[in-house]
Amino acid sequence: MANATTVTLDRDDKLIEELGFDDHFHEHEHGDKYKSNFITKYIFSMDHKIIARQFLITGMIWALIGAGMSLIFRLQLGFPEESLAWLRPLLGKWIEVNADTGIGTLAPEFYYALVTMHGTIIVFFVLTAGLSGTFSNLLIPLQLGARDMASPLLNMLSYWFFFLASVIMFYSLFLSTGPFSGGWVAYPPLSALPQASDGSGTGMTLWILSLVFFVISVGLGGINYITTVLNMRTKGMSMWRMPLTIWAFFVTAILALLSFPVLVSGFLLLMFDRGMGTSFYLSEIFIGGQALDHVGGSPILYQHLFWFLGHPEVYIIILPAMGLTSEVLAIHCRKPIFGYKAMVYSILAIGFLSFIVWAHHMFMSGVNPFIANFFVIFTLIIAVPSAVKVFNWITTIYKSNVRYNAASMFAIGFVSMFISGGLTGIFLGNSAIDIQMHDTYFVVAHFHIVMGVAAFFGMFAGVYHWFPKMFGRFMNETIGKMHFWGTLIGAYAIFWPMHYLGMAGVPRRYYRFDNFDTFSHFSEMNKFITIAAIVTFGFQLLMVVNFFYSIWKGKKVTSKNPWGATTLEWTTPIAPGHGNWPGKLPTVNRWAYDYGKNGEEFISQVEPMREGETEDH
Amino acid sequence: MDLTIQENTGRNKIHPHKFAVWVGCGSILMMFASLTSAYVVRQAAGNWLEFQLPGIFKLSTLVILLSSLTLHASFIAFKKEKEKQYKTLLIVTYLLAILFFVFQYQGWVALAESGVPFTINPSGDFVYVISWFHAAHVIGGLAALTVALIHAFGLSFKVTPKRKTRFELTLTYWHFVDFLWVYLFIFLTFYR
Repeated sequence: MANATTVTLDRDDKLIEELGFDDHFHEHEHGDKYKSNFITKYIFSMDHKIIARQFLITGMIWALIGAGMSLIFRLQLGFPEESLAWLRPLLGKWIEVNADTGIGTLAPEFYYALVTMHGTIIVFFVLTAGLSGTFSNLLIPLQLGARDMASPLLNMLSYWFFFLASVIMFYSLFLSTGPFSGGWVAYPPLSALPQASDGSGTGMTLWILSLVFFVISVGLGGINYITTVLNMRTKGMSMWRMPLTIWAFFVTAILALLSFPVLVSGFLLLMFDRGMGTSFYLSEIFIGGQALDHVGGSPILYQHLFWFLGHPEVYIIILPAMGLTSEVLAIHCRKPIFGYKAMVYSILAIGFLSFIVWAHHMFMSGVNPFIANFFVIFTLIIAVPSAVKVFNWITTIYKSNVRYNAASMFAIGFVSMFISGGLTGIFLGNSAIDIQMHDTYFVVAHFHIVMGVAAFFGMFAGVYHWFPKMFGRFMNETIGKMHFWGTLIGAYAIFWPMHYLGMAGVPRRYYRFDNFDTFSHFSEMNKFITIAAIVTFGFQLLMVVNFFYSIWKGKKVTSKNPWGATTLEWTTPIAPGHGNWPGKLPTVNRWAYDYGKNGEEFISQVEPMREGETEDH
Repeated sequence: MDLTIQENTGRNKIHPHKFAVWVGCGSILMMFASLTSAYVVRQAAGNWLEFQLPGIFKLSTLVILLSSLTLHASFIAFKKEKEKQYKTLLIVTYLLAILFFVFQYQGWVALAESGVPFTINPSGDFVYVISWFHAAHVIGGLAALTVALIHAFGLSFKVTPKRKTRFELTLTYWHFVDFLWVYLFIFLTFYR
């Protein structure tokens, strides 16, 4: 087998040499900027592979911070009576210690800050930048046969704007008034009046500044992704031969470029309301018996602008995970992805529909019920392309010879999570049922499973699968599998019970429930959820240790195509240098999913069509 | 890197950087589309002061349209290697661009003096915020024009593909902020 692999690999090189497209790339001196010193190579790098790793590692640091915050507020919810004085070294004055009893309690305003920051960090910094930023950067040029992104400079700026946004947000955590605490959606008036709460002052100013830089980062990245996909594909790589990962990143970038600017507009008006005394969002408000100057603004207007981003944003998060899952499943099931074209059309349909459903986040804010009907219908229609995708994944797995490794297991786990979380979306998309479910733990359970955990599963599948391409080594498989089982069981243990809490009407974002008789019998369930969260977090630490250990000490990759995949990134050297291919660019002669065709296990995309052979899709 | 892209993608009909500028313009357009949508939504909610846009904005519209024309003419002259015409028209464009800012500023002053100062009513605030935000994007165009001027007078005159592409990027963006203003002007004039 090892022999056979070597033969096919040499064959790839030969094919690229014979049929490849000579762009004279290596005849030019590219100057010092790509190979010289440490700073230009690893820090201010313009190479897409380094930038991908920068996004990934920054995203991982944020994931630990964001998830760590959730543990602190879970402790408060699960064990409201216990002393949290031991957290004082970490949280300082946010743990208020009673001088007589010595019992430390979490400051309520900091509880809200934690919830707000947890949402902001995970949604934007981890699952947008960390997921799409990492894999779009890594895979778009590699899988399309391009030397780099269309504009490496903008690409570098994209990361550094993200870094700047990160620094500002991180700094805001240490303000004496605390970070912003009005919820990750930042609705006015909490976000518009600096005097509304502690976090609404400087905390909110930094929050909004950070997110504006973040949007610039997403914009620069997105421009590059779209341009690269449309203009830099190698010879023979027609749109219909692109792997599904690329389709997903492409549509994701379009969504981001159309929706994030709308958020900026919303923020712009918010900034004027905050600092310049306009009344776009602020209506007649009394604070401490004093009437404010603002007259006649509409807070609902902000909600419209926010959710016009906010809903596409959840697809910006989930589409890359879907693309990664499709690719990983096909490779490790050794089967062509089922219904390739249906997959592409579903991605496009989801992308389109995501723009006409935003008001389903606002059913309870007083929107006209007749308008709500429109949004209900389109929301429910999203179930159709989603179901098509689920069907295709399951059919791909069905009767296949799955290689059970960490990557494929996380991909299968993604499908499980997406089904579980997607089904509850059908409940919540109905404006009538939403009257009961709105702002309860049912919503928390729904979105955490369908776009939180599922997106993380897609990301993990991607990390385990492409780790050899990124670092030239494998991650430890045993720890990877432990990580999978711990996360799968743990995530269901955390979020499944929340459905019951939500159906009973337990509201989200509350500081404690033990004063409510109605909810007092849920205290054991809340304890259980907290313990499950702590254990699941422990498994993520395992993954982080595995990740960094494997970068330096993991099993080395010895062949160029360790998974036996068809796509172009595996025709590059094990540690691809600048320009990705040492000689000519590969040309593409077939689609990305020729697995098990004509008795061959896999046929690389660079392989010419045989005589009498037809394309499969 | 520019050279790399040139050859890497020699088969393409459009230079990737030019395409990227188009995509970026689309993104900026979404920002203004959402601001004008917010205007429509807010207006429907009532408490809306009606007023006439000061006439000076017509002048600024004319000036920015003219600047687009002169920049385009400069580009054509550049392609035809008419150095003097190219440089003159570039300077004229630059002056027209500055004139646009002067007229916009006078427009804001005139609007305030006509009884619609900032923060008096959302209808006026929208005009201020939208036109300020547009002006911010024109500053970006002005920066590009400055670079174009430096190239025109700092480097010896020579028509190369690289410099042609650079010029085209500036031209595309400048046309974009121009037509963006025309849209905003028409919208703010007729949708009161």
